[in-house]
Amino acid sequence: MNWQLVPQFAITGLLAGGPIALTALGLVLIFKSSYIFNFAQGQLLLMGALITWWLSVERGLPLWAAILLAIILSALLGLAIERLALRPMTGQPLLSIILMTLALSQVLQGLALLLFGGAQRNFPQIFSAANPYRLTTPFVFNDKSIVVILKQNLTWSFVVAVLGVLVIGAFFRFTRTGLAMRGTSEDHELAQSMGLRVHRIFGLSWALAGVVATVGGILLATSSGLDLSLSVVVLAAFPAVLLGGLESIPGTIVGGLIIGLSQGLVAASRASIVRNAAEIMPYVVLLIVLIFRPEGLFGQKRIERI
Amino acid sequence: MAAIRPAGEFDTSYARDMAAIRRPWQWGLLFAFILALYTLPFYASQSLVSLVNRIGITIIAVQGLNLLTGYTGQISLGQAAFMTTGGYISALLVNNLGWPFFAALPVAALGAGIVGLVFGLPSLRVKGFYLVMATLAAQFIIPWFTRNAFHKVLNGAQGLNVQVPVLFGLEFNSPQRYIYITLTVLILSTMVAHNASRSRLGRAFVAIRDNDLAAEVLGVNLFKYKLQAFFLAAVYAGLAGALAAHNIRHLNSETFNLTDSVFYLGMLVVGGLGSSLGPIFGAIVVEGLIEGATLFGPFFISLFPSTAAGAVQALRPLFFGVALMLFLIFEPRGLAHRWYLLKAAWRLRPFSY
Repeated sequence: MNWQLVPQFAITGLLAGGPIALTALGLVLIFKSSYIFNFAQGQLLLMGALITWWLSVERGLPLWAAILLAIILSALLGLAIERLALRPMTGQPLLSIILMTLALSQVLQGLALLLFGGAQRNFPQIFSAANPYRLTTPFVFNDKSIVVILKQNLTWSFVVAVLGVLVIGAFFRFTRTGLAMRGTSEDHELAQSMGLRVHRIFGLSWALAGVVATVGGILLATSSGLDLSLSVVVLAAFPAVLLGGLESIPGTIVGGLIIGLSQGLVAASRASIVRNAAEIMPYVVLLIVLIFRPEGLFGQKRIERI
Repeated sequence: MAAIRPAGEFDTSYARDMAAIRRPWQWGLLFAFILALYTLPFYASQSLVSLVNRIGITIIAVQGLNLLTGYTGQISLGQAAFMTTGGYISALLVNNLGWPFFAALPVAALGAGIVGLVFGLPSLRVKGFYLVMATLAAQFIIPWFTRNAFHKVLNGAQGLNVQVPVLFGLEFNSPQRYIYITLTVLILSTMVAHNASRSRLGRAFVAIRDNDLAAEVLGVNLFKYKLQAFFLAAVYAGLAGALAAHNIRHLNSETFNLTDSVFYLGMLVVGGLGSSLGPIFGAIVVEGLIEGATLFGPFFISLFPSTAAGAVQALRPLFFGVALMLFLIFEPRGLAHRWYLLKAAWRLRPFSY
């Protein structure tokens, strides 16, 4: 361990956990209502970021209008996906549903490349890249206290991401629609017999997932640039979801932060092989979770009956 | 699969009842087809031969995935990772230890099988999404290992140059020659897979797929059979990986990637899950679509000028994704099911049952 670097890397890792948590939130939203694990979430994220880029840079809209329009468009995209691809899958076995979302991810990836091209793009800066915040930590190294540098865009992405998770959590907790969504997640047939429009709720959760993905995509694109590889963030979000629990909204924050932190800490190591392990760290955490606590930290344990 | 036969046609012996190929003319057709495949290099163009070669290797990998996902119902996104394992083992044995390829091939298959066993262990505790995630972990950890561990032997991200297989002084250095190895392994492995699916092993697999708790209550050893399924799938992947590595003569951590794993699952669905014909149909159709994307690429470039060179890479996932979605919605049992319906209709003609 390179102790001098640990505070910096830990903080950077935690901040990187914000967008991971937001991506994980999109997955949980859909899973909670319809028991579908959406492998296409990363591509939704990519689409949202690309649409925002196209509207603001190519079409010359002001940034706020582009973001607003992109959020509306991605909600529509989510609705369309639910109606066209997932509704025919109602009642099909798990494999078909998993493959449907995998097929969706391929279609969206292909569409993104076809419509927007694969070049690296400059995304408009929302938060200024200069003047990073400096934070003096209580840790002392060689008689100097360690100063942690917080990049503005990373910090604000983190704040927006955590706010997003909190807002969605409050929406689930305190609104009638949120109550309906929680009810649907308990039992589809029961919810329908109680007068809830189950399909409308599925559509709503896909639309919300699209919105969340777009926000996540914009945040990631401002801090790390925009190209087709943006969708790989979802590969760090899968372990975060399983770690936090598949049904748990607060779990996404905890899972995302733990994944981010573990990546940051590993990257602070002196040995190059351990440092390089940062990219697979989410999956090492995942295997540990699967072996010791498959339902995750805050998930529901399922009891199966024949 | 029990075939629908016209009333009044009965089997008179157990051997006849169990026969995989029921009619003399079917044997004739089969041998004619195999002969046509083996003589392909003499009358087909080089590009067609290399396409058939590639499809053959893909079928082996998908056949293994079929045993695991189609029969046993354990969804795996790790098939390409096990191909990487097999490819590296075979390449290292041939390059560094000077083994002949035909000795390295079974060892590569076995080695991949053992790695498959390790990543199959979570299947005893978790299923569904959770198992997909565990196999996805294999898809990240194994390529990472080849990139970062034992840099002197594995040569990091650059990968290895793989030698050409040699048998009795004959170098298999072109698709026209390599296709003989591919076809032989393909035919043997398809026979093994088909017969495994008709045996006690296959029945246990199907019982686990249909309801694993019920199967366990009936006395099917879940531990044993789930691990056997993972082992077999990884052995097939190892074979395919080693064959592909020596065919393209280069191997790195990205040669077989996550997209390939997704494509193999897709091929399985397009072809038909739980049928030995499924992987064959699926691999041919999907590889055909990919070829189609390559052919249509220039046309699409004229439609979407902004894409230019990316069009071919864009069309590949697009064609595959759309085909898979259509199959999932309209024919989730795949082409193999259609083929059985067609055969039944032919047999029962002019009646409908």
